[in-house]
Amino acid sequence: MAIIFKPSPSLPPPTNSVGAVAWVKQNLLSSPLNVFLTLFSAYILYLLLPPVIQWGLIDATWTGESSQACKAAGGACWAFIGVYFEQFMYGLYPSEEVWRINLAVILLVLMVASFAIKTVNKLYLSIAIIVVYPVVAYILFAGGSFGLVVVETSNWGGLFLTTLLGVVGIVASFPLGVLLALGRRSNMPIAKSVCVVFIETIRAVPLITIMFMASVMIPLFLPEGLNFDKLMRVIIGITLFSAAYMAEVIRGGLQAIPKGQYEAADAMGLTYWQSMILVILPQALKLVIPGIVNTFIGLFKDTTLVYIVGMFDLLGRIQAATHDSNWLGTSVEGYAFAGFVYWAFCFGMSRYSMAVERKLETGHKRN
Amino acid sequence: MSDKTSTSNESFLNDAGNRAMLFQIALLALVVFIGYYLFSNLQANLANRGISTGFTFLNEPAGFPVLIHLIEYTEADTYGRAFVVALLNTFVISFIGIVLATLIGIVMGLARLSRNWLVARLATVYIESLRNIPLLLQMFFWYFAVLSALPSPKNSLLFGDFMLNKRGIYSPNPIVQDGFGLVIFGFIVSIIASIALIVWAKKRQIRTGDWFPAYWGSLGIMIVVTLAFYFIAGSPLEFDLPQKSRFNVTGGMVLPPEFVAVLIALATYTGSFIAEIVRAGILSVNWGQTEAARSLGLADNLTQRMIVLPQALRVIIPPLTSQYLNLAKNSSLGAAIAYPELVAVVMGTTLNQTGQAIETIGLCMLVYGSLSLSISLFMNWYNKKMSLTER
Repeated sequence: MAIIFKPSPSLPPPTNSVGAVAWVKQNLLSSPLNVFLTLFSAYILYLLLPPVIQWGLIDATWTGESSQACKAAGGACWAFIGVYFEQFMYGLYPSEEVWRINLAVILLVLMVASFAIKTVNKLYLSIAIIVVYPVVAYILFAGGSFGLVVVETSNWGGLFLTTLLGVVGIVASFPLGVLLALGRRSNMPIAKSVCVVFIETIRAVPLITIMFMASVMIPLFLPEGLNFDKLMRVIIGITLFSAAYMAEVIRGGLQAIPKGQYEAADAMGLTYWQSMILVILPQALKLVIPGIVNTFIGLFKDTTLVYIVGMFDLLGRIQAATHDSNWLGTSVEGYAFAGFVYWAFCFGMSRYSMAVERKLETGHKRN
Repeated sequence: MSDKTSTSNESFLNDAGNRAMLFQIALLALVVFIGYYLFSNLQANLANRGISTGFTFLNEPAGFPVLIHLIEYTEADTYGRAFVVALLNTFVISFIGIVLATLIGIVMGLARLSRNWLVARLATVYIESLRNIPLLLQMFFWYFAVLSALPSPKNSLLFGDFMLNKRGIYSPNPIVQDGFGLVIFGFIVSIIASIALIVWAKKRQIRTGDWFPAYWGSLGIMIVVTLAFYFIAGSPLEFDLPQKSRFNVTGGMVLPPEFVAVLIALATYTGSFIAEIVRAGILSVNWGQTEAARSLGLADNLTQRMIVLPQALRVIIPPLTSQYLNLAKNSSLGAAIAYPELVAVVMGTTLNQTGQAIETIGLCMLVYGSLSLSISLFMNWYNKKMSLTER
């Protein structure tokens, strides 16, 4: 009779290495220093969390007509955000015309979303988004044709203006950034030095100087009588500024492409522009998508600076609203709301760029 | 790429070198033309407004107050002096901001890598929330929401000899008495002694292999020697304590709220970026290096100090440079809450009063340009010193 070997079932792991107790022991209390750090962090949490929850949720007032309504409860006055919500979103854009902004946003979301549909021609869709959409959006926002009421750009504001500046800035600076990056890497000494001087000058100065130049200086440099909208001037300033940063990001991508790719393109008899557009740039740009998203995040945060030259983006509208005599003492609520909106946008975009990075990762990472 | 034998058959434009030359000539012509066009418009506009160019306005009296000044400044002083005052304000806030941001960044970066779950989570929350909120918003928060909610001077919060109220942070003001030169002399002596100690310790280590804690030793020497000289000289420092009067605080040294708000915002915001740089730098050092150090028998703290840190610094320094530059440039946002730094004084008030747009903006760009250049030169030098020396 054959002896059948029957392995006895594995013993469960010792109780002190699994379960919640072991987790706490390993992650919180593994050494005297760690015990101290855990206690210290817990104390900080104890100092911060309960008062914030008490103020922000338990004692908060959600409805009301002035800050008097919030005085009694003693907590946060979220009613302020509710009353001013439309201004924070659209600035002083007339209420009955706000549908135009909403329509433009919905259009854009639909167009971008249809990239996911397989049967749609991606090339036509891209052209529609890059060429047709801006025209449609401009007509919708500014009005003046197709029976739409004219809305002055000085009334544009709030989150609408913030997003507009960020998106226009990044989209317009992209082609300029590509040209500057190519120029900086070219063999032509004059072209190269023009690009280097432009990029380095812009990168050396803070954005606020560029904003001042856009709002104060540009009129001085133009002939008498020729002048254009302040929003336009600020957009030009932002575009030039982010183009310099974009150029450096793209240059990083161009440098990461192996020399063999350049040589192969030359060997195929492609001209400079053919080899750039067909061979080099598609690879380089794919590499720097995370960098471009990071530039966009930086730009999105930097748009708050338009407040300094007298335009009222989201932060500007909140700053103005806290001076309303009905709502004195509500600045913390306003800043908390603005902080949350900016945070949600920027954090979402940074997570997106990390996801793209992981997706494009081709396995050269050393671990 | 020009082929000498067939040039006669080809047109001039078929040569890549010729095309490049033509293109560059066209580009240069375009740049010169645009420059000339803008400049001539500018001259016409300035002539129309009756503004003369040149830097003579720097010698005229400014006539506006600058609230925070490190050197003597009154309204009767010149624009040139106001410019120097503003320049000092920018330098001071950038320098202190860089030091604080580096400290916060190192602590938070290490905390995020900590094996302690709670500490790592807290650091992550700190980094991810501050990094993603605009700096200007944070400055507004500290200035308008936190510091202006402090009590009035009458009800100042007291911390020993320190006072905290709406007008700022008050601290005792050290006043130098006779004989303070002796203390400075003692300090210099202690520095020379500690350098000698470090050199000696290094030589001895190379000769015998014995290790001496030279850095702690030199710190001890500096403290002991300086204090000894301080007491020998008969404690030549007196403190002017802040006194509460009915509506104000007199005496002492004041850190105005504008300064404090800009400093907190700059340091915590940039610190969150530096934390990520520190973390990435430490993670970039191969785990095998740590294992190798341990197998050589190095203790944990020596492993970190002698193996991991020098290699991590190589990765950390270049992005750290650009964060320092960013901080210096971001200090210009202080203009929004009336911290009188370069942009606020020169491009704000001076430009408004004199209309000398080109000169004022040129001055600002010159300052920021040279600031960027000097920080990046220093960092390049340091980077070269730290970088991998290969055979």
